[in-house]
Amino acid sequence: MEPQLSWYLALSAVLFTIGVTGVIIKRNIIAMFMCIELMLNAVNLTFVAFASFFQDVTGQLFVFIVMTVAAAEAAVGLGIIIAIFRNRETLDVDEASILKL
Amino acid sequence: MDQQTAIDILLKLVAITVAFVVVLFVVAYTVLAERRILGFIQGRLGPNRVGPGGVLQPFADLLKFILKEDIVPDKSTRFVYFLAPVIATMAALMTMIVYPFGPDIRIPFTNYVIPLVVTHFDVGLLYVLGVTSVGVYGIMLAGWSSNNKYSLMGGLRSSAQMISYELALGMSLIGVVLLAGTLDLAQIVEQQSGWHGLRWFIFFHPLGFIIYMIAAIAETNRVPFDLPEAETELVAGFHTEYSAMKFALFFLAEYINMFTVSMLATTLFLGGWNVPFAEDIFGRNTFLFGLVGAIGFLLKVIFFLFLYIWLRGTLPRFRFDQLMSFGWKILLPFALLSIFITATLIFLFPNTF
Amino acid sequence: MLVLLFILFGAMAIGCALAVVAQRNPLYSAISLIGVFISLACLYVMLAAPFIAAVQVIVYAGAIMVLVVFVIMLLNIEEEERRRARLRFLVPAAVVLAAVLIAEVAFILVSVQQSRVVPTSSASDTGLTQSIGSALFTQYLLPFEITSILLLMAIVGAMTLARRGGLLGTREQAKRD
Repeated sequence: MEPQLSWYLALSAVLFTIGVTGVIIKRNIIAMFMCIELMLNAVNLTFVAFASFFQDVTGQLFVFIVMTVAAAEAAVGLGIIIAIFRNRETLDVDEASILKL
Repeated sequence: MDQQTAIDILLKLVAITVAFVVVLFVVAYTVLAERRILGFIQGRLGPNRVGPGGVLQPFADLLKFILKEDIVPDKSTRFVYFLAPVIATMAALMTMIVYPFGPDIRIPFTNYVIPLVVTHFDVGLLYVLGVTSVGVYGIMLAGWSSNNKYSLMGGLRSSAQMISYELALGMSLIGVVLLAGTLDLAQIVEQQSGWHGLRWFIFFHPLGFIIYMIAAIAETNRVPFDLPEAETELVAGFHTEYSAMKFALFFLAEYINMFTVSMLATTLFLGGWNVPFAEDIFGRNTFLFGLVGAIGFLLKVIFFLFLYIWLRGTLPRFRFDQLMSFGWKILLPFALLSIFITATLIFLFPNTF
Repeated sequence: MLVLLFILFGAMAIGCALAVVAQRNPLYSAISLIGVFISLACLYVMLAAPFIAAVQVIVYAGAIMVLVVFVIMLLNIEEEERRRARLRFLVPAAVVLAAVLIAEVAFILVSVQQSRVVPTSSASDTGLTQSIGSALFTQYLLPFEITSILLLMAIVGAMTLARRGGLLGTREQAKRD
């Protein structure tokens, strides 16, 4: 017996849901960012599973591009986080609720 | 699980154990060789008391490390403090399984052929690069968890240096992959046989070889790039607060890394187990051909290790900003240039390459 | 055999993902996230995608998370405090909604499984580097070029954001003051 396609999709869905829960619960900006990366990885798992089970390389190419976009987003996002930290001295999202510093 | 799978798994475990033991022995004697050779370069004898000529020194060192008092700093984060040397050593050892130590050896008087590589990966070269990238975490977490300003600075500097030079390392290897047409290390070694040693990739991609050597020295934190962990700077850097067995693990990880990059240089640029005239004398698939190949591989690796030790005794070290600007502003453009040159040459002369 | 490996790596992935969400210290969350990435890389190898697995370890675990851990260490981020009392309902509500989402997805998956699509995961040349490379440079050349422009934009953007002296740089900022 081999792992079926639906098992991989179920695992991906569980990881995605955990990521969503993390984004809602967490108050630290960097922890929220990490949960967003978790969601992206869950989607990557779905793509690779489909690519493997339907023998199509398109899925893996999409994963490649998603990883590149995630790297670019990580660089810019962490730059923004550093800039926010420089101005507000805190990384708590609840504290950043008004536009005035 | 059927019997054939169980036998395969058992054989693989035996192969991995043998590879690890060989690596640990070579590394232990590399430490001794370094101290002796540095002694000769600096006009003194190294340690030569324990055993004839100092041959049993590694065992004395091991005994010392085991019996030393293990000091744990008070306010350090415990879990990360214990995890860091484990990550460093694991990442250093995990790369051992893809290197081809020799060609397929036929055991004499039987027809049983054993390959001298633990496993064949399609993406062996990428696997080595990936595991080396994970090895950076050992150093970063060690610097952070020691609860010590100097350790933190040393750890951050060391990991910044490592990730900067990883780029130049990877790019210099792209030229080799272009020449060989595959990422599998065993295949790359196969491609370098023929022409009695003139097909080694060092002759086709010399700029890449020089860049790879410089980047490899920076990756392993050796002189002249060892500012973050030198004893006279930053109080020994990220492993200041580590004592006894954990320090021994970091020490071991550094020398295993040195061994790894030497083996990678041998495999990719110096033709691995190809010895220039062995194929004519012995013929392939014989036991002697395999033996000569494996010994040749070991000698080439030892040459690279000697080069590292020689550089340690000769050169002064870079300052940190000089180091970073060298890595980004000089080495990276030259690595890109080397890819460009090699790709153009392959395009223009597809028969020779 | 493959089922055992799938259960092992899946359990590791879910365990580390739960640790990412549950830990209060952001450094422990980062380490758990590295664990998730490595177990996902092992799953990709099981799915006959070795190139993607190696790239996942190099890019995600070896570069992005190094950047995140650097930022955590440099900004010296402390642990999260306990949530204030008036938002106490938020965590159980999130968990309940997550359970509902999982139930819905499970229903969809079960109905997908009953509509038989033939899964063939035998060895082929889908995941090899050669097929990815040839597809990337012939059929999907436009996304590839756009991705490289995106990376250039990201480099310029990150350098501009993190500059000392704000968006204008130190010399112009001093001129303005």
